[in-house]
Amino acid sequence: MPSATLLGQSLLSGVFIGALYGLLGLGLSLSWGYLRLINLAHFALAFLAAYLTYQLVDVGDWHPVAALAAIVPAFFVLGVAMQVFVHRFAIGEFASLLVTFGVTVIIESLIQWIWTADFRRLQLDHGALSWRLGPLFIPIVEAAMLLVTLALTCGTWAMLRFTYIGKAMRASAEDPDMAAAFGVDHRRLALLLSGLAAAFAGVAGAFIALIYTLFPAQIFTWVGVIFAVVILGGLGNPLGALIAGLVVGVSESLTMALTEPAWAPLVSFSLLIFVLVLRPDRI
Amino acid sequence: MARDCRHTVAGTSRSLRLALAGLALAALVLVPTWRTDAAPSGQPVRIGSTLALTGPLAATSLIHKIVGEIYVERLNKKDGLLGRPVEWVLKDDQSKADLARTLYEQLVTVDKVDLIIGPYATGGILSAMSVAQRYNKILIHHTFGIPTLAKYEMHFPAWSLGPTPEQTFPNTLFDALANSAKPPKTVAIVTSKFPSVHFMSVGARETAKKRGLQEVLWLEWEFGNRDFGPIASRVKDANPDFLWIGAIGLEGVMLLDAAKKIDYVPPGHFHLYPAPGPTAKAPEAKGALAATIFEQHPPFTNNPVAAEFVKEFNERAAKAGLPDNSVETQAAASFVAWQLLEAAVTATKSLDDKALGQWLKTNRVDTIIGRLRFDGANNYGDDLMRVKQLQDGKWVVVWPREYAAPGARLMMQ
Repeated sequence: MPSATLLGQSLLSGVFIGALYGLLGLGLSLSWGYLRLINLAHFALAFLAAYLTYQLVDVGDWHPVAALAAIVPAFFVLGVAMQVFVHRFAIGEFASLLVTFGVTVIIESLIQWIWTADFRRLQLDHGALSWRLGPLFIPIVEAAMLLVTLALTCGTWAMLRFTYIGKAMRASAEDPDMAAAFGVDHRRLALLLSGLAAAFAGVAGAFIALIYTLFPAQIFTWVGVIFAVVILGGLGNPLGALIAGLVVGVSESLTMALTEPAWAPLVSFSLLIFVLVLRPDRI
Repeated sequence: MARDCRHTVAGTSRSLRLALAGLALAALVLVPTWRTDAAPSGQPVRIGSTLALTGPLAATSLIHKIVGEIYVERLNKKDGLLGRPVEWVLKDDQSKADLARTLYEQLVTVDKVDLIIGPYATGGILSAMSVAQRYNKILIHHTFGIPTLAKYEMHFPAWSLGPTPEQTFPNTLFDALANSAKPPKTVAIVTSKFPSVHFMSVGARETAKKRGLQEVLWLEWEFGNRDFGPIASRVKDANPDFLWIGAIGLEGVMLLDAAKKIDYVPPGHFHLYPAPGPTAKAPEAKGALAATIFEQHPPFTNNPVAAEFVKEFNERAAKAGLPDNSVETQAAASFVAWQLLEAAVTATKSLDDKALGQWLKTNRVDTIIGRLRFDGANNYGDDLMRVKQLQDGKWVVVWPREYAAPGARLMMQ
């Protein structure tokens, strides 16, 4: 019988990794839901940001917050540039899957060329520090990631729901012609959204660098679970992505705590199949 | 004057004789040097192989690439092979075993290489072995992890594990622990399901039981696992005296990192195939034990060939931007593979696969990791695996004692 501490600690662990799933899924969900762009390059951008964080913090001796402050605007611009490219060549939803896969391979090669294929790991003095809460431990970096994810998710949700830009984005996604008739500039909104999605990838990448070990081929190990999270959460739904991320993360963690850790990867896909059988309209 | 003159002539003649003797001596000394430095000529001997230059195994493959380049350059600086220059035809198998099979087929049938040498990692080697078998080529390979799967009679492993490493190596490790200041009584065995790792962990489990160690935890995770938090919590709950981590790459460090975040440090921990450089830099990995066949310290570097290789590899690896420039299992096994190939070709004066295979089966070859033989089950000889430990940020062999770094001994927390 597992102890209460083991269960509690595993639950916390699931919440933290679930938050990262939600953060990675946020940008992907927005671009898929509102731009009809299945952006596989989102993962490559996240890992590019992770390597840049590693470079700035480990080699350049920057503070992680300073690295994040530099990466986020740079990735916003990168996202805007990608959308210009997509628009220029009129890339459709399914073609985007192929094109962005190509971009992912290029970015992976670029990362391997610059940082080699070897493992890279940020060693921060306070990286492994935790707060103690009774018998439980709360790792500081993971807690910060959870707070940032909550802030970005709720902020994006509020922006989409309450602001003129958000409403215009939703209208444009639902019926672009009708939205255009009401003066919504779909192209400008797409640039903004693409920039935001890439910036979110930048934030996720910075946390990946702070928490995980980096190697170029790792880009692809996150694809399956994040796609599951995005579909479970509903396309273009920031809160849905976060909730789905937390559900998948916690389910995986509890599976690891209670049964064989090797069964954990089955969880996200079993949940996905279950939801798709019940609600096929989610994709 | 005449006397002076005679004296001068006599003196000159003696000087001349001395000079001639000196020249003869110099010739004796210099001729062999000149002969070994002779540029090889003629059609190149083409040796084909693939390596995982991209994909998840690329980090380690880069080591094999550097070693191969060093060795081929060394060969060509000397007499090549059979007096002919050596050309290494290297292709990228992208870490995919199926692609490795296609590329080896291509190397034999399209590129028509004279000899082949193994790719990196067990899956790729197994694929290459099936091609070698189809065309009756010998296959010398670097790091094949599951000897029972290597059934081909003309494969030759440079990583000398012995035919049953899943039994012999855990015994070596538990011998080392039994001889330490704090022999463990309980053990937790947690492992990745990466095939060559899992196979060793299963063996460790059986060995531990046979030796009377109490197993308090057995866990498996899928290769590529991201979240080690729950696994660390379960290890903490089990509270073993010793933790066997069937880890590849940095999985072990990720587990220790997760353990540190819940204020837990296992008393002793072993990592099967860690990434040595990044592991050495991780503070939580202090005292980690691992398996090795070579470390760049005496007695290994007492061998002048090894010492020279270590120097050259350190420089080349630094230039290539590898985070760890030291020679350990991967680089050493890679070098040994080339040593075996050179030894067989030189001894038989032939590129005929059958002749080379026959020679390797019936002879012992001196290499930088020791004397190798291939007359055991599945062409495996002795298990030359040793136990190393991370001490003061450096890996040093601690067991068996005759291979331990000067002054090094196993430290238990």
